[in-house]
Amino acid sequence: MKTIYLDNNATTMVAAEVLDAMLPYFHDYYGNPSSMHSFGGQVAKELAQARQKVAALLGADPEEIIFTSCGTESDNTAILSALAVNPGKNHIITTRVEHPAIKVLCEHLAAKGYRVTELPVDSEGRLDIDEYEKSLTTDTAIVSIMWANNETGVIFPVEYAASLARERGILFHTDAVQAAGKIPVNTKESRIDMLSISGHKLHAPKGIGVLYVRKGTRFAPFLIGGHQEKGRRGGTENVPSIIGFGKACEIAWQNIETENTHVRSLRDRLESALLKAIPQSRINGHRQDRLPNTTNMSYEFVEGESILLLMDQYGICASSGSACTSGSLQPSHVLRAMGVPYTMAHGSVRFSLSVYNTAEEIDFVIDTLPPIIERLRHMSPYWSTGQDVCINSTGELNEKSQ
Amino acid sequence: MWEYTDKVRDHFLNPRNIGEIEDPDGVAEVGSIACGDALKLTFKLDEDKRIKDARFKTFGCASAIASASALTEILKGKTVEEAMAITNQDIADYLGGLPPEKMHCSVLGQEALEKAIENYRGVSHKKPDEEIVCVCFGVTDGEIERAIRQNHLTTIEEITNYTKAGGGCTNCHEKIQAIIDRIYGTKRPWEQPAARPKLSNIQKIRMIEETIEREIRPSLKHDGGDIDLVDVVGNRVLVATRGACATCQASQVTLKGFVEQKLKELVSPELVVEEVEP
Repeated sequence: MKTIYLDNNATTMVAAEVLDAMLPYFHDYYGNPSSMHSFGGQVAKELAQARQKVAALLGADPEEIIFTSCGTESDNTAILSALAVNPGKNHIITTRVEHPAIKVLCEHLAAKGYRVTELPVDSEGRLDIDEYEKSLTTDTAIVSIMWANNETGVIFPVEYAASLARERGILFHTDAVQAAGKIPVNTKESRIDMLSISGHKLHAPKGIGVLYVRKGTRFAPFLIGGHQEKGRRGGTENVPSIIGFGKACEIAWQNIETENTHVRSLRDRLESALLKAIPQSRINGHRQDRLPNTTNMSYEFVEGESILLLMDQYGICASSGSACTSGSLQPSHVLRAMGVPYTMAHGSVRFSLSVYNTAEEIDFVIDTLPPIIERLRHMSPYWSTGQDVCINSTGELNEKSQ
Repeated sequence: MWEYTDKVRDHFLNPRNIGEIEDPDGVAEVGSIACGDALKLTFKLDEDKRIKDARFKTFGCASAIASASALTEILKGKTVEEAMAITNQDIADYLGGLPPEKMHCSVLGQEALEKAIENYRGVSHKKPDEEIVCVCFGVTDGEIERAIRQNHLTTIEEITNYTKAGGGCTNCHEKIQAIIDRIYGTKRPWEQPAARPKLSNIQKIRMIEETIEREIRPSLKHDGGDIDLVDVVGNRVLVATRGACATCQASQVTLKGFVEQKLKELVSPELVVEEVEP
């Protein structure tokens, strides 16, 4: 059975060129870039080139790039550094829809006595920028707002938000893990102080991340150890992965146009065909302010885990915000923050595409999913009496629904 | 991904007895769409008062569908009295087991069965004197107590897995703990930590000195550092740093993360370490 991979916001395939670029650095050029001998030294040169390529994707200088082990480490480093360099300040601003790498860290810090403001979002997943501006205080040490949401793909106006923070001398961090490689990210033209990205979301391997730290930003390291990364992150460099990350950023830079034409058109085709074929379905998140590769759809009266496992029978890979797939009993915090009715949140499915998807794959899903939803609705106690229990306060049901 | 048994997968992919019986002898609907799973069960008896047919409709995950399918298979051919004796564990066993987090699917099946039989017998569903404990999922103290007794549950986590109670806002955890305590009595020796003997001041200081000498100093010396015990005031352990420690930026981390942890672990959990000028 062929795998149809539409879960690229979870992780991506390592691109063939990326893997090829990495392989020599396991067995042939395994030297330590810090070593004095030329066997190690030659690796340091390659490392510098990779750093350059990552910097180019972000519109940054190479010395503003710190390699880490993952997006979570980058996020944790940014927040904890901002608190360490602002010892007198006790306030953190973030949103209700952040990735756990920020959200759970902030909950942890709140328990330790920091004041945390979690900004709400509207029913389409957008931030209220006035609310944000009002929450900035002289006590605020750091603002952390994601560039794009991993579940809905909704894009936040982080560049504007960063300029508001800068006017007040407040550090601004953004988790750009989902944005990088999908939409243009340019640190040079923005007032963003720190920015996190992760390799495995853009066809580099798992276990490598980057924290961008703008030149002149006061910084306190998270991992203390050797002099690597100019003393800002101890630990011997993950050479093969950094080389791979560099290559992946180079490819992402070349593909950014394709993301916004080819991938977007596939996503739109999938979305509109499914909305048409499946009554009582809807899109979660703003239609325009959204990553080109992501769609989060809800199908009323059926449950997400069941949908995923039936799609799995056909080799289709996607994600759900239902309670049953999260291991907790509550549906996704993102959908709840948007006020998506529980009836819809439990039946949500996220498809996230990549440049490697084809029109044939999308058409296969368009043919396969509607009968799956119908099959589950056939065994759902709510379907026949559907209209009566449909308490849809915020969602717009598609017009073609029955 | 959940570790489902082949039997669960089979009953999910090929569910038995989907549907609703027209003019049933017993009917029940439990759960709600907001809670993430719901089950409608109907059954019909034959002339010998045995269950001739049982059908279900389920909104829920794979294990909810499989549990409902299994329940209808178990029910067929049973008398109402025999059906009454079916527990959630029987449903789980029939499926070769369910992941712990999914046991509530089998409990939902049992609840539907109980209510359907009550409906057949014409008994009211309302259980008097039951108070809602978990507001998020509408679980009563009676339901929690039955789950505890039938399945020998001892922790809040287990109760959440079986009944969903406590799986939302977590505000009811204290109440759930109170129910556990009431059922088992507050003395649950298997959970009590071994009591530490109360230390006199002299004993405490001696133990701190010993621990520093035996467990702490060798590690510090290895890195060219050292500490001296200056005084012990109540639970405050006052120390001075020496050697490499005295000039090291990270010595606070060492004191809190290493020295204090060792003393808490080996002497008394109340101890805090503070650095003083020598």
